Amino acid sequence: MRALTEIHLEEVKSIVKTGRVLTKESDRFSYSFDGSFGTFLPDAVIQTKSVEELAALVRLANRELIPLYPRGQATSLSGGPLPVKGGLVLDLSVMDHVLEVHEEDLVAVVSPGVLTADIHRAAEERGLMYPPDPSSSHVSTIGGNLAENSGGPKGLKYGVTKDYVIGLEVITPEGEIIKTGGRTVKNVTGYDLTKLIVGSEGTLGIITKAVLKLIPKPKASTTMMAIFDSLADAGKAISNMLTAGILPSKMELMDQASIIAVEQFEPLGLPVDAAALILIELDGHPAALQEEADEAAALCQSVGAREVRMPKNKSEEAELWKARKLVSPAIVRIKPTKISEDATVPRSKIPDMCKRLEKIREEYGIHLVVFGHAGDGNLHPNIICDKNDTEEMKRVEQAVEEIFKAAVELGGTLSGEHGIGLMKAPFMEMELGAAGLDMMKRIKAAWDPNNIMNPGKIFPEPGQKLELS
Amino acid sequence: MNLSLKQLQEELKYDRTASCVQCGYCLPVCPTYTAFKNEAHSPRGRINLIKMAGEGRLTDLSALEEPFDLCLGCRACETACPTGVEYGEILEAARAALGKRRTLSVPARTLKKAMLRKMFPSRRMMNIAGHSTWIYQKSGLQKAGRITRVIDKLPYHLGAFEKVLPKPVSPLERFKAPKRVKAEGKRKYKVAFFTGCVMDAMFHRVNQLSIQLLARAGCEVTVVSNQSCCGALHAHSGEQKEARRLARQNIQAFEGTEADFIVNNAGGCGAMLYEYDRLLADEEAWAERARAFSGKVKDISQVLMACGLPDMRPRKGEAVTYQPSCHMTNVQKVTKEPVELLQSIPGIEWKEMNQADMCCGSAGIYNLVHYDASMEILDHKMKEAKRTNASVIITTNPGCLLQMKLGVEKEGLASSVRVLHLVEYLAEAAEIAEPVQ
Ligand SMILES: Cc1cc2nc3c(=O)[nH]c(=O)nc-3n(C[C@H](O)[C@H](O)[C@H](O)COP(=O)(O)OP(=O)(O)OC[C@H]3O[C@@H](n4cnc5c(N)ncnc54)[C@H](O)[C@@H]3O)c2cc1C
Ligand code: SF4
Ligand code: SF4
Repeated sequence: MRALTEIHLEEVKSIVKTGRVLTKESDRFSYSFDGSFGTFLPDAVIQTKSVEELAALVRLANRELIPLYPRGQATSLSGGPLPVKGGLVLDLSVMDHVLEVHEEDLVAVVSPGVLTADIHRAAEERGLMYPPDPSSSHVSTIGGNLAENSGGPKGLKYGVTKDYVIGLEVITPEGEIIKTGGRTVKNVTGYDLTKLIVGSEGTLGIITKAVLKLIPKPKASTTMMAIFDSLADAGKAISNMLTAGILPSKMELMDQASIIAVEQFEPLGLPVDAAALILIELDGHPAALQEEADEAAALCQSVGAREVRMPKNKSEEAELWKARKLVSPAIVRIKPTKISEDATVPRSKIPDMCKRLEKIREEYGIHLVVFGHAGDGNLHPNIICDKNDTEEMKRVEQAVEEIFKAAVELGGTLSGEHGIGLMKAPFMEMELGAAGLDMMKRIKAAWDPNNIMNPGKIFPEPGQKLELS
Repeated sequence: MNLSLKQLQEELKYDRTASCVQCGYCLPVCPTYTAFKNEAHSPRGRINLIKMAGEGRLTDLSALEEPFDLCLGCRACETACPTGVEYGEILEAARAALGKRRTLSVPARTLKKAMLRKMFPSRRMMNIAGHSTWIYQKSGLQKAGRITRVIDKLPYHLGAFEKVLPKPVSPLERFKAPKRVKAEGKRKYKVAFFTGCVMDAMFHRVNQLSIQLLARAGCEVTVVSNQSCCGALHAHSGEQKEARRLARQNIQAFEGTEADFIVNNAGGCGAMLYEYDRLLADEEAWAERARAFSGKVKDISQVLMACGLPDMRPRKGEAVTYQPSCHMTNVQKVTKEPVELLQSIPGIEWKEMNQADMCCGSAGIYNLVHYDASMEILDHKMKEAKRTNASVIITTNPGCLLQMKLGVEKEGLASSVRVLHLVEYLAEAAEIAEPVQ
């Protein structure tokens, strides 16, 4: 890996004719971070809408062994876009110029810098829906969503980003522009490179265009809140719901610590003495919806819900969802640093996972809050701490490792949606085993023989450990 | 930690940056990030630069100058921020720290300093400015300017603003302005009117209409004479000492009035008055008095809503949109009242502007000292304004008023679109004033 020289920079500038090359100190610092930890300065930041210019840059980088770091809006919670080895940051958020909805094919064609919320809006204007809904939709780019295979509450019923991508245009690490998949839902021509690129975290190439599948928008939706005196009962309600044949569009869990935090942040009339609550959203045809809602409420009550709140109108509904939205901001008022994990377990193991988390909280004396997309096992154990307190951060590091262990032992995964990036790389082998990890390394080497595309991510460096302090 | 780094941290209010979790939720609402597409000009980027300086990683503070100079201070980022980062405080501290260190050679800064120190706080200077506007327009110089295009070559693009300056009132009229006006009908409230410096010098007419409108709505209005500039421009450019001095002067001036409310009609000034309590919180002798003062500060739209509007003559299907003042939205949190007032005028066709909350690029004297940047931001705004197809654009702050007029002029829409202060439009509908073209 080489540092960028003056000569390189001249060549970079001669390639980027229609865009910008940022090299001022303030610029370099401003592309040195993401939504997680650590500061790494790039040598320069590239902004261009031209795919040809980007491909030419990749060829230069591949020849001269200059590290390249694709970046969307840097909301990654795992260090994905951090330029850990210097080199060039490619700011793809500027490629926000293509957003076409083709109703007749039920697809959208987008450039990578388009914000996910803009795709939601464009689809909805035509009575369609692009379901993946990470809570960062209004700030994150579709390119970032694709690279991280992001998901959201609707993942329970509708799946995640990978379930809605049918075609991509990609610049390979050797500077070729290739197309994968196409515009049809069915496509079995050769290996499914589309799915390989999705979730590859910018390590296998740069996504420059995507074809996304859209579906008709459900005609109506309704929400309810079920309140429980025990976390285990809440877990039971979740799994019973699904086996009873009810598939909510969202099912979100908040534990007591998060209920208290929200209530202190903004009094909404939440039951602070409850052990847990779940928020359930059902969608579908209005004729069927009421019946299903009554059924879901009865089911919660039968496993011991102490109360089920059914809002009377849309504004009361919005109030209920507000509680869930406020969890993140509320908990950082307690202490400034938030370590947001997204370990995920099979649905049936949610109660076990909750117990393990409880134990970890006590053992390491940490402030642990649990909430998240309970319906699909994607919990968000968040540790609230203070990064200036080195002693505390050491305990947090150990606790994080324990959380990963618990998830993997219960048959789950390190990360449901936030990605591996830098932070979770040291734990890859724990989940995949040596042979599994090696297969992935071989794929990486085949695509990117010179290791110039987002180097330092996913795969642990020898001796790499989680470091938060 | 070495001592000087600790001092720098205090100076920069480094501790305030801790609550920024770098989520980026503030990016889409930031006008400078939207226009310049560079994180160094985003709230998250700016806050990060302070973090880096405070941690000693970025040692050459001059790298912070451009990002913080080009911030509009609109504080839309604060409203969007889920974790409650106090960006306004960080910005003011950064500007003060940078101001202390930098050379004054750059002409834009000199102009800014001169305007801040001399012109805005001085009633006399602003009167002269107001009068010279009058002389300038009445004497025919304005016409000559337009013809010879001399004006376009004036420094700092003052020429561009020449076309949008309001119709002047004569010095005599300004001098004769009443100091106390009785409520029409039953008195509902006793209010003291804050005239503001730019408002009073350049928009004297809007002030007079405000007073008449308040009286018509049932307020007894007093105008105290020893009031001063609100100090917003000073505070926002790091001149904290001067800002505090002005705050004390105003608090003192209004204490005698025993008014229910201290009413203003300029979103930017109102926000400053509203924050006197924060500004003087650490001055024992003043903290309590500042709290009492700020507690009474109201925008005119709030008071008119509380009183109920006087009778309005129906408009004939005029399409009206509203460009809110950033500080009214993000600091005073007054957002509903102006819209409700407008919507209550019979016969108007209300047009919501897309991304209305995004700054128009006026931001105090930003458009004078950063003309090009400001025009880029204005271009974004005008795209949305045009999409509404409104024939009237309402604003609630003098800077926004001028800037939107400039936008309309630039787009060649001056013959079909009027830009008015909310008060002008209400006064017109209440038949207190003749329509302005
Ligand atoms: C408050 C908050 C809430 C969040 N909620 C969720 C959630 O509910 N669900 C969820 O899944 N995530 C969530 N995230 C994480 C994050 O928003 C997602 O990972 C998102 O997809 C990142 O998008 P981005 O545009 O910010 O990409 P970045 O963070 O800039 O980049 C992410 C990764 O994608 C790569 N990349 C970016 N663009 C391209 C491209 N065009 N081609 C190739 N590689 C590229 C980068 O190299 C990097 O590895 C949240 C984050 C925050 C801060
Ligand atoms: S929204 Fe707030 S916390 Fe998030 S990046 Fe902006 S300032 Fe920081
Ligand atoms: S104050 Fe306005 S311009 Fe400055 S960072 Fe915040 S949103 Fe951007």
